[in-house]
Amino acid sequence: MSLHATHRDAGEVTVVDLSGRIILGDGSALLRKTIRGLLEEQRKLILLNLADVDYIDSSGIGELVSGYTAVKNQSGDLKLLHLTKKVKDLLQITKLYTVFDVFTDESIALRSFQ
Amino acid sequence: MASDVKHLEITLETQVESVNLAEEMCLRVAEAAGFGEDDCYRIGMSVREGVINAFHYGNQERADKKIHLAVDLTADKMTIHVLDEGAGFNLADVPDPLAEENLLSTSGRGIFLMRAFMDEFDVLSGKTGGAEIVMSKKLPAPGSASPNGQGGQSATPRQEA
Repeated sequence: MSLHATHRDAGEVTVVDLSGRIILGDGSALLRKTIRGLLEEQRKLILLNLADVDYIDSSGIGELVSGYTAVKNQSGDLKLLHLTKKVKDLLQITKLYTVFDVFTDESIALRSFQ
Repeated sequence: MASDVKHLEITLETQVESVNLAEEMCLRVAEAAGFGEDDCYRIGMSVREGVINAFHYGNQERADKKIHLAVDLTADKMTIHVLDEGAGFNLADVPDPLAEENLLSTSGRGIFLMRAFMDEFDVLSGKTGGAEIVMSKKLPAPGSASPNGQGGQSATPRQEA
């Protein structure tokens, strides 16, 4: 299943709803394009909704980290919402769970950007 | 399960599509061998990472080089070999992705994930001169395959925000 991405504005924050697999190839490329596109539009507060992402490989992890770094470098913030169990486990064993701010409630996540 | 050894091998092109193809092939073998859902996920992920390693680091994404994938299924384990046509590498030289200075690295987690998800893992000098990743997972005992599977690494969950 390829990756699909749509985004919606919630005030200053952009919520990106992702579904599918973030893997080497089109999935990683779409995530990169989406985040870079938002930064070009000066949308620097980004919440990635991963509720429908049940698979990420090392390439996808690298793209998440790359996006996080790119946003931080522009004084923005990138946070994660609704991790599936597999994605959560993956971020835990790679210790990235300690890097990203992770939320299970969208309204709380949105408030955290203020 | 029968006690004979089942062997399957395929030569893959050095292209992104080979990663998915290898994953799908090995997943079918793993499911037929009786692995549970979680173990299948771990095996599939490890195969992906092995082939990504061969594609990107081993063969340097060169289309004139091949990736050789082999699967051996015995009575007690499934063993996967991923051989590239690169220059090979020393496992000891691979940086630790969990080190503080590497946490925000955008690459270098594939070897770690294969080690975490498989029961046995090694990198040998292959007959092509490239690296040969050899990794295996023990078959579940008859009647014990559960949807949750076993193995892999665990980590202490961090309190969510």
